[in-house]
Amino acid sequence: MKRVFQLIIIAIMVPLLSFGQEDDQVMKARGGKFALTNAKIYTVTNGIIENGTLLINNGIIEAVGANVKIPADAEVIDCKGKEIYPGMIDSGTKLGLSEIESIAEANDFSESGDLTPQMQALSAVNPNSVSIPVTRVSGVTTVWTAPAGGVLPGTAATINLFGYTPDQMFAGSKGIIMNFPSSGGGGRFRRRSPEEQAKAVERALKTVNDAWDKAELYAKIEGSGDVRDYPEIEALVPVVKGSMALFIEVNAAKDILTALEWIKKRGYKNVVLTGVAEGWRVADKIAEAKVPVVAGPVQAIPTRDSDAYDAAYANPAIMHKAGVKVAIRTGDTENVRNLPYHAGFAAAYGMGKEEALKAITINAAQILGVSDQIGSIEVGKKANVFVSTGDPFETATKITNVFIDGYLIPMTSQQIRLYDEFLNRTPGVKKNDPAIQIKKK
Amino acid sequence: MTDNKILNDMKKNIFVLTIMLFTGFVANAQVKKGDVLIKNATVLTVTKGTLTNTDVLVSGGKISRIGKGLNAPNGVQEIDATGKFLMPGIIDAHSHIALSAVNEGTSQVTSEVQMGDVIDPFDVSIYRALAGGVTSTHALHGSANVIGGESETLKLRYGSTNPEDLKFENAPRTIKFALGENPTRGGRSRGIQPSSRMGVEAMLRNSFTDAQAYRAKWNAYKADKNPRKIAPEYDLRMETLVDILEGRVLVHCHSYRADEIYMLMKVFADFGITKLTYQHANEAYKVAPELAEFGAMASVFADWWAYKLEVYYSTAYNATILTRNGVTTSINSDSGELIRHLFHEAAKTQKYGDLTDEEALSLITLNPAKQLGIENRVGSIEVGKDADLALFEGHPLSVYAIPVMTFVDGVKYFDRANDIKDQRIYVNPEQAVENVTIFNREDQHRCMDTEVVSFEALFSNNK
Repeated sequence: MKRVFQLIIIAIMVPLLSFGQEDDQVMKARGGKFALTNAKIYTVTNGIIENGTLLINNGIIEAVGANVKIPADAEVIDCKGKEIYPGMIDSGTKLGLSEIESIAEANDFSESGDLTPQMQALSAVNPNSVSIPVTRVSGVTTVWTAPAGGVLPGTAATINLFGYTPDQMFAGSKGIIMNFPSSGGGGRFRRRSPEEQAKAVERALKTVNDAWDKAELYAKIEGSGDVRDYPEIEALVPVVKGSMALFIEVNAAKDILTALEWIKKRGYKNVVLTGVAEGWRVADKIAEAKVPVVAGPVQAIPTRDSDAYDAAYANPAIMHKAGVKVAIRTGDTENVRNLPYHAGFAAAYGMGKEEALKAITINAAQILGVSDQIGSIEVGKKANVFVSTGDPFETATKITNVFIDGYLIPMTSQQIRLYDEFLNRTPGVKKNDPAIQIKKK
Repeated sequence: MTDNKILNDMKKNIFVLTIMLFTGFVANAQVKKGDVLIKNATVLTVTKGTLTNTDVLVSGGKISRIGKGLNAPNGVQEIDATGKFLMPGIIDAHSHIALSAVNEGTSQVTSEVQMGDVIDPFDVSIYRALAGGVTSTHALHGSANVIGGESETLKLRYGSTNPEDLKFENAPRTIKFALGENPTRGGRSRGIQPSSRMGVEAMLRNSFTDAQAYRAKWNAYKADKNPRKIAPEYDLRMETLVDILEGRVLVHCHSYRADEIYMLMKVFADFGITKLTYQHANEAYKVAPELAEFGAMASVFADWWAYKLEVYYSTAYNATILTRNGVTTSINSDSGELIRHLFHEAAKTQKYGDLTDEEALSLITLNPAKQLGIENRVGSIEVGKDADLALFEGHPLSVYAIPVMTFVDGVKYFDRANDIKDQRIYVNPEQAVENVTIFNREDQHRCMDTEVVSFEALFSNNK
């Protein structure tokens, strides 16, 4: 009897204790059926719905519109006075591949060797990177995470910023990264003479062409029985066949033109230019070639001392106006949360809000090859959306709710937890603290 | 006799007049001062609220009147600022633009060197900063050593080829200190002190103890009545340290972790040094109550973090936590890129912590002015202050804000409507025409890691 009584006491006390420990409760994402009501919904592909409802069920956008019937079992989130947007997509990051930039052991985006296209970024994505929650609470739900360095550093992947394994995060597309031989001066090449630079470019181009010649040959003889295991060349074959995109990082105007010629000569159909810092110089040529671009970072220094101070701000707008399909990237790792500001600057310097929004939603999804899944608010697409207090490009705007894969994401991160703990620290300063006992001279 | 006296008096007067004319002439000849009337702007004064449809009259480089319906004196240019926003020129308390060198890394204490000797008036970054509404920068020594060199406060008077013209006249002296990973990495690579945060503290205490001894020797010498006394050795390194002890030099200390920030307050408390601003200070939020009590200030990034271990536990709410705890806080760039949109960096405190417009604008105007000891001259729009002003299309805290005009001493140095693309003052004839450089982040953080590499390289050569 006494024992039963004890058990009853424990049964009452345990939940009470846990209520008392609210601060320490683990906040988890949760799925289910959600109705987001009374919102201004920016679908991106089908205009703006005033006072609309968005229905999320089992990870998918089930309904959207002004007259959506709300199921009885849906959790209703009243979004009166708020706006709903498709989750922002950053088309160029190293998120998940680098935790602390200066520590070699905490970086996994670069493999030794110039030709390592078979290296899979997705395998090295750390789903528990501290940067991931920091990023997603700002409304960025999906990123392209890419290897770097060398000539063909590896295979990039699109990932959603929620999931407990890389495959749970995988958003459905991959692509080969290629650094186009650069005639520009940046970084360690800065001290080279023009002749030395030209030679280096020639050498690198030869490496590039040898690799792709082999890949084309491999594609022809594949399955013939004579083929040896050759993983770095095999990785390139889907690009040759057009089933996977090739992302060419190229920035100087001269190199962009060379790259466009190279693409034409090779006849590859599924190619994207990335970086494209001097795209504005040759925007017509890029448009003519019908090659889409991933531009950015937008908040960047001009590539030449003689350029206008706002060359990088205006670059996406100039390319867009020339008829190029433009997505915008941060090129960042821990500060991918600034994506809306890169888009905002592009908007202010000629692109306009609507096109800048496309550059980080539907255009990005199309260029990354995931527009059947994400990039706009449409029935049947994945529920990657966020709710905001207003224009998400405006700096002071707050993101109030984020859904990724239909999961309602807890609005917390290491940075928010530190804020909560330290805004009003307990204990505060102590009267006899040696740091404040200034000894008079 | 009277004639003689009159003559003598006249001579004296002419002499005084000549001196006055001469010094006045020199002071005025150095830098241009402008007159201008900015009409009908929304004036963000920072100290006295927001004034709509207001005119600001500038005479001789100073703000002379603020009001409605002001008339331009004869010959003074009038600028119609209807629908535009006028704010005090932005001040960057941490910058390395306009410098031809950043680190003197040959010793862990180099208080004898001065950034005033390496000002580069040709740096096109100066124009780009002006195009972001910036009028003053704190040109800092780097962070390779525990006690670095003296820094220089600048006004961005772009176009002059004389480095002296960029100096902010009569700004207080400042010096750079550095704690944590950067100075200890230098020590570790050579196997000498400081190889740890303990060593950094020891080096600071030893340096100031030496300075006290040096001061005592000189004081004894000065007090000595013996005509055959012999002067102690003069040491510029020690002279500067003594000036710090005496409060004549403001200390700006590169720091990240809360423990090292706290350590320096204890060291300074023991030596009676009070004029202290922490630079970067990513973890200052953890010891904000101590900073407030000490009276130390902080100059921080809006959101940079994770580029090294000591900034892993950062929060973008740092500036807000510091402000709410009563610490005078500024937001800086440390970058030739970020400096161009500090107004946007300041606005981030409205996302990360709901600072008011005035609080957010203070982070890049009045507060950095206080940290540099120039708040009586700049940092707000008030009658009598220098006419260092930035005009914006759109509110400067909006992401869509576009700086359109920037004035230093009432002289317009940037005008978007009449902007010429190539703003170089000097073109190196040996430079390639298509000199394309894709800047990466390391290029932009000039005081952080790249310099330390060069510091290490310097000593690895001397092994």
